[in-house]
Amino acid sequence: MTSIRKEITTAAASVLVLMLLLGIVYPLVVTVIGQVAFPGNSNGQQVHVDGRVIGSKIIGQSFAGNPRYFQSRPSGTTPADNAAGSAFANYGPNSRVTERAIRANISAYIKLNGHYYPGGLTAAQLPVDAADTSASSVDPDISVANARIQADRVSAVDHLPIAAVKRLVAANTSGRALGFLGEPSVNVLELNLAVMKAKGK
Amino acid sequence: MTATGWITIFAFAVVLSALALPLGAYLAAVYSGAHTWLDPVLRGPERLLYRVIRVDTARGQDWKAYARSVLVFSLAGWVLLYLILRTQTLWGFTGLNPEHFHSMPWAVAFNTTSSFLTNTNWQFYGGETTLSYFSQMAGLTVQNFLSAAVGIAVAIALIRGIAARSGTSLGNFWQDMVRTVLWVLLPLSLLLALVLIWQGSIQNFAHYLSLRGISGVAQTIAMGPVASQEAIKLLGTNGGGFFNVNSAHPFENPTALTNFIEMLAVLIIPAALVLAYGRMVGSRKQGYAIYATMMVMFLGAAIVCYIAEAHGSPAQHVAGLHTGVITGSSGGNLEGKEQRFGIAGSALYDVVTTVTSCGAVNSALESFTGLGGTVIFANLSASEVIFGGVGTGLYSMLLYVLLAVFLGGLMVGRTPEYIGKKIGAREIKLVVLGILVTPLAALFSTALAVASRAGRSSIDTAITAAHSPQAFAETFYAYLSQANNNGSAFAGYTGLVQPNAGNLGAHAINLANLLGAFTMIFARYAPILFALAVAGALAGKRVSPAGLGTMRTDNPTFVVLLIGVIVLVGALTFFPALLLGPVVQAVTGHLY
Repeated sequence: MTSIRKEITTAAASVLVLMLLLGIVYPLVVTVIGQVAFPGNSNGQQVHVDGRVIGSKIIGQSFAGNPRYFQSRPSGTTPADNAAGSAFANYGPNSRVTERAIRANISAYIKLNGHYYPGGLTAAQLPVDAADTSASSVDPDISVANARIQADRVSAVDHLPIAAVKRLVAANTSGRALGFLGEPSVNVLELNLAVMKAKGK
Repeated sequence: MTATGWITIFAFAVVLSALALPLGAYLAAVYSGAHTWLDPVLRGPERLLYRVIRVDTARGQDWKAYARSVLVFSLAGWVLLYLILRTQTLWGFTGLNPEHFHSMPWAVAFNTTSSFLTNTNWQFYGGETTLSYFSQMAGLTVQNFLSAAVGIAVAIALIRGIAARSGTSLGNFWQDMVRTVLWVLLPLSLLLALVLIWQGSIQNFAHYLSLRGISGVAQTIAMGPVASQEAIKLLGTNGGGFFNVNSAHPFENPTALTNFIEMLAVLIIPAALVLAYGRMVGSRKQGYAIYATMMVMFLGAAIVCYIAEAHGSPAQHVAGLHTGVITGSSGGNLEGKEQRFGIAGSALYDVVTTVTSCGAVNSALESFTGLGGTVIFANLSASEVIFGGVGTGLYSMLLYVLLAVFLGGLMVGRTPEYIGKKIGAREIKLVVLGILVTPLAALFSTALAVASRAGRSSIDTAITAAHSPQAFAETFYAYLSQANNNGSAFAGYTGLVQPNAGNLGAHAINLANLLGAFTMIFARYAPILFALAVAGALAGKRVSPAGLGTMRTDNPTFVVLLIGVIVLVGALTFFPALLLGPVVQAVTGHLY
């Protein structure tokens, strides 16, 4: 049958031509426009300190439990905040494994912050983002409640007035987009950089 | 729950409808050959393309010729993608494999190829540890466009069959496919990709970035041409993430605003196609009736899911967490969710992508509460007719419409007819076969996977207790998702064991990959053939004027009947299986 042969030629030619258009030309056009119009964003909003790249503004990083810094949310990867191999933790809603993981996160958080928090901390006072694993495993943000609890510790360890630290938390909080989308969030890396700057390093 | 959460859900429905109206008019013009504002730019390239691929678009195709073109085109795409994935190292000279990744194991490539061809985008691999930039662009991005175009073309062919006044022609597949790419998908993708970059998505070909953080911890950050792939992943209801965690990743979905825009991008074409359908069959009210059916079911799912996720999970409560709203935190089940999206933005996103065949996720479905997870299951059990995938949603819904017309006709004792065409025994047989293929594939594959040791080896017992409802849920979800060409996952279900990034020493779990691949292929192409056969059968039918006794299909009564039929078919088919997994988790506070 010649018609089926013609059909196959047409199909083969079309996937090749469309591969060039959609798989090469289209991404290249987006790249060129993106790199010209938004070079910072296109390359991942890299943050530099003293001429050295120390992270991406929108990728969460681990602060290794160092009490001088605000800490990111629990991450589902090992090592934490693995941005070269993101993964869900996949903890089920009715799972003992989940319960144990959340308990471990709670006690680690209380151990780090409880001593500095006026009146001490209990599990029921924790905002959920402090104990629940993030989705991306590199969540750059924490909730405002989480940042306020950690502010007491950072202020004590870094010898900064608590009012100054809380002002920095407020300054690094982004509100809801358009007034109703998402949750107010505190970017942990930017907040830590602001604290370092306030101390004069 | 918060007021802003509820506003998010209802504002989304309003904005979606406001955008779908003009796009619906535009789509109707594109597929009727009427003039559009992009014609001056695109007519030239279109004609050139037809010359290169040697197509005579003046010639219409009957349903068999149309179906043959769909199949041959898909086969050619399959071969090309499989070759690209298996020869990943050969393309290093382009500079688009900076991390020197090896090819994925053959079974995973087989599954991935079938997955992207069928618009499923099920992923047993993690993008940033498995695929080169070349494979992502020239391989996956291309099929994101083409599988979407095939789905839309089939829907348009079915519309023409219903609308035809005489003859057997359903149009020309090559023309429908090319016009879908040039007039619809490419311009919208270009626009969306740039919006995403403006908000913070990345687009580069750089090496992965290695650095030391401010407290001295080493970190490597994956890079790549993300925005261009992200845009079509959503617009084509494909859903395959550039990164393993899909739209939860800040580079794929950087802000709460992009989260909202991405949800719109997923639903806009399926929603607009329904309205285009009304225009093309000459009665906009027919389109509105189907739109209303979909919107009611969609909002129901979104509302229940939001309430469930805002309530929190038993694991949280047993561990001692308080999940209510407090100052500075909206609480809820934030396990496996991102802070910037919050509960409403996460629940709504995953409802949007599971009523459609998109399957992108911005949170971990496996960590959803039992009730929230049941909603996600129910969305899939409705066989992707609540807006559904681009094209696939409409043609699947039209099969349900014909079934509802038939049942309604039986109830009132009249010969069933739809938009002036009598529905006969042959059409109903094809409709029922078309509807039953997907559940059949899902249940058969699940049974096989649950009953065999090879199937159970995909369950990671470090995280999921072996005989728990969660273990059954993630297995069932894997095949339900693949049969519906959705591609989202209860991601604990594994098909690729990868000790290192880059596939060195990686091995596949063959059963999961092959069973999944055949499930996807069967459940994609069998319904397409039945839908086209129905189109062919209807195309030649004479149109009889509506009489007094004609059952109306454009009023609220019909909307209720249609919802009833969808719920009944879905419930009867899947209820026993749903009981064993998500429903158990929903009705108990017990931990396993």
